[in-house]
Amino acid sequence: MELAIGLILAACALGAGICMGIGAIGPGVGEGTAVSKACEAIGRQPESKGAVTSTMIMGCAIAETTGIYSLVIAILLIFVAPNTMVGILKSAMEWAKTL
Amino acid sequence: MKKEKDLRFRVLDIVYILMMILPLVCGMVLNILLKPASEGIEITGAMIYFTLPMPIQPLQITEAQVNSVFVIITVLGLCLYLTHGLSVREPSKRQHLAEWIVEKTKGLVDGSMGEFFSGYAPFIGAILAISAFSSLLTLVGLYPPTSDINIVAGWAILVFILITYYKLKGGLLGYLKGFTEPIFVMTPLNILGEVATPVSMAFRHYGNVLSGSVIAVLISFALQNLSSLVLGWLPGILGDIPFLRVGLPAILSVYFDIFSGCMQAYIFAMLTMLNISGAFPADEYEERMRRKKAKLAAGK
Repeated sequence: MELAIGLILAACALGAGICMGIGAIGPGVGEGTAVSKACEAIGRQPESKGAVTSTMIMGCAIAETTGIYSLVIAILLIFVAPNTMVGILKSAMEWAKTL
Repeated sequence: MKKEKDLRFRVLDIVYILMMILPLVCGMVLNILLKPASEGIEITGAMIYFTLPMPIQPLQITEAQVNSVFVIITVLGLCLYLTHGLSVREPSKRQHLAEWIVEKTKGLVDGSMGEFFSGYAPFIGAILAISAFSSLLTLVGLYPPTSDINIVAGWAILVFILITYYKLKGGLLGYLKGFTEPIFVMTPLNILGEVATPVSMAFRHYGNVLSGSVIAVLISFALQNLSSLVLGWLPGILGDIPFLRVGLPAILSVYFDIFSGCMQAYIFAMLTMLNISGAFPADEYEERMRRKKAKLAAGK
């Protein structure tokens, strides 16, 4: 029983770490590309700095969305999933005893 | 010559200022009275104050809901204070500020939504104000309502209803036909995409605010441990005080609380505007109305 609970906790922690690590790659690359292109645009046309900056921030926020999804999943895995899983395990064990 | 302000004006002013400050004080008092003591390095959800029995599921009144009502009252008081004593001849300082806010919001809405939606400026201004003030509530030590998904999901559902309303206003047949484009097989994916809009809006806002507070807690926890490791040899009570925790979390909070909160409010309002104006084909609608009018005129 203790071993099973420990395995559940370890799996949740590992899952959260992997989820955040892989999920952060995409937004990182995407935002980097967006900012580099915005810098190029400002370098070419310094007078359009305001418009380019606000559009870039908007685009960055949208590119961030997938990263935020993985963050939500990681938070669920850390704070919500262990309790639920352990509860399911305990009820399953009780059910197995009655057989 | 400047007119002397009468007593009624002053009393109303004080009432409005109290309306701004009292909810925050109420929130702090509730926070102090009801929250169990901690060192401030715990990551928990919103505290549940009490539960109301409801037919399907008991309704939980949480800290987030109460705080968001406080924010609404504060914003209302601020608006009343700023627009109190408007005059055409001799505008006061607060009138200048109010006019600046109104002009900026109107400019923003006109710029990104177009002529047809210029009546949406108050709605967008309300979303901006409530979202920004909710995120800034961390500055007075209260639980920010925007880091609870239920509050933000409520706003997102409101926006979703508006989007669907404008899509239906553009024509029911066109709305239904939009699901089968580009080919018929794509219908389930299109329905998913329709639902994904409010979900992504809610998750984006909530995730950003929550991640800021989680990172702040982790950093202050790490700094406390580092402090007890480095300065633990100091005699007596001096060794227990986490000196390294002073200062650095405040600098980080400038980014995570102030910048990120205002940023997310702006992005939420911007996406609301883009989604609503993108859902409604204004040109086609006006064309159809004109044809309808012409038909009616011909019929008579």
